[in-house]
Amino acid sequence: MSKSIEVAKEAIKKKCKPIEISDDFNQLQISISTNQILDVVDFIKNDEACEFRQITDIAGVDFPDRQKRFELIYHFLSFKHNSRLRIKIIIGEDESIPSITSIFPAANWFEREAFDMYGIQFKDHPDLRRILTDYGFEGYPLRKDFPLSGNVEIRYDEIDKKIIHEPVNLQQDFRSFDIQSPWERTNYLKEEKKNNE
Amino acid sequence: MSSSKTVTVNFGPVHPAAHGVLRLILDLDGEIVERADPHIGLLHRGTEKLIEHKTYLQALPYFDRLDYVAPMNQEHAFALAIEKLLDVEVPERGQYIRVLFSEIGRLLSHLLNVTTTAMDVGAMTPITWGFDEREKLLDFYEEVSGSRFHAAYFRAGGVHQDLPDGLTEKIFDFCNNFPKALDDIESLLTENRIFKQRNVNIGKVSKEDAVDRGFSGFVLRACGVPWDLRKSQPYDCYDKLDFKIPVGSNGDCYDRYLCQIDEMRESIKIMLQCLDKMPNGEVINRDSKIAAPKRMDMKNSMESIIHHFKFFTEGFHVPEGEIYSAVEAPKGEFGVYLIADGTSRPYRCKIRAPGFAHLQAFDLLSKGHLLADVPAILGSIAIVFGEVDR
Repeated sequence: MSKSIEVAKEAIKKKCKPIEISDDFNQLQISISTNQILDVVDFIKNDEACEFRQITDIAGVDFPDRQKRFELIYHFLSFKHNSRLRIKIIIGEDESIPSITSIFPAANWFEREAFDMYGIQFKDHPDLRRILTDYGFEGYPLRKDFPLSGNVEIRYDEIDKKIIHEPVNLQQDFRSFDIQSPWERTNYLKEEKKNNE
Repeated sequence: MSSSKTVTVNFGPVHPAAHGVLRLILDLDGEIVERADPHIGLLHRGTEKLIEHKTYLQALPYFDRLDYVAPMNQEHAFALAIEKLLDVEVPERGQYIRVLFSEIGRLLSHLLNVTTTAMDVGAMTPITWGFDEREKLLDFYEEVSGSRFHAAYFRAGGVHQDLPDGLTEKIFDFCNNFPKALDDIESLLTENRIFKQRNVNIGKVSKEDAVDRGFSGFVLRACGVPWDLRKSQPYDCYDKLDFKIPVGSNGDCYDRYLCQIDEMRESIKIMLQCLDKMPNGEVINRDSKIAAPKRMDMKNSMESIIHHFKFFTEGFHVPEGEIYSAVEAPKGEFGVYLIADGTSRPYRCKIRAPGFAHLQAFDLLSKGHLLADVPAILGSIAIVFGEVDR
């Protein structure tokens, strides 16, 4: 398995000029910029040393502290060489990225999911609609600044005979304990103290 | 597209043949499907978001609730991902138990799916016989974990507890009797004229399309692609076991049915080998940083109590890194992409569900077929909404 990774690694290094290339845990991963995506994906699908014929997944990740906050990770699988490849792309909140549905039709729903969960825009996508969230949903739930308990709750109103959306009202907020530094005071106490001062 | 003849029909979200909460928008010309647009997400529970807020131990039970007809196979993928990041070994007995129960999960899934699909096309009896067998398997789940469905039995580094006394004999008896039950089910379906009329050449996919559309598991194999992660990228002790991979040729509903039946027979072989080869010893890596200490040790050792407390409050820390780990779940490649940031909680946990890719191709599968074939196709690709919607 590792030999085919070496071959694919050399080929990709030569042709695609990735920003970064690594093979931690025997898993090949490359970082490229947004405008390279179509060329690189086309190359790894058709080149003999790679032949990553199937797209397994597209994962979005949110790093709110970074200047360009999102990462997109494309997962590919090669049946011929029995190996996997991950392509990582860093993308900002107001940027968009070319859709790869013309090369991999299966990317359609994966891209829709990344759009639904993170609000990442895909250029030239045939049908960029929300996919997992409710009709009329607002916000992007997998962003780190989206609250775990959501913003609206839903109930059936017996008097009006219809479904009503209301702001979430919890008896007790979701508590996130700061277990990383048990000997210091927890974060929310620090913030409270700061607010009082 | 929408000529005056085209009728749009809403199939679901509550329809017994939709195998869950699927809303299908079908454009029909007479009885012929021109376009199918699946609307999913009605069972979306935000599993990935919830996992980001839990420790690794607390996140594990969410995996039972994805593909809830074969719960332990999902846990397996998550446990493998953590083990790779932590770089821990699983004791051999633990590996064999995990493989044994993964194969039980495969039987659970295929039994449910084959028989309910048969019911969708008009055969009422198989489901009663299939559920009889499923009941026995769920009893094994209960004996080992205390719960019939949401087992939460696998752990990073092994499994939670050893098998109770007498369970191996019961599983052995089951393995000896099951092929007969499977023969009975097959006698009603495989050569049945009506069943064949409803399945042969329905929902046909070519090899190339299957690869392009991201198919995996038996849906891919039924199209003639010999690909199984248990063979090609073996995990745990699958490389020590002898089993075959059934491959189809037509890529239609009938081949998918045959693949599932043959896979069940292979699973029985794997289970018997597991019972035969299973050594004695620990079932989980006893590194006290990743496994809870034994009850007896806690009576005598202060350190064990501290470990117990830290393990269940803070949880274990996973070193920084990212990993993709996949298992051959009953429905196909189930993968977990995990980003660890060095704390006791995952920074990101992306779940790749096989059913998501299969349902995506539903338009391709059903185009040109009759409305009555829609449930047959839907059943043949084994859709479970727990994993599609996550």
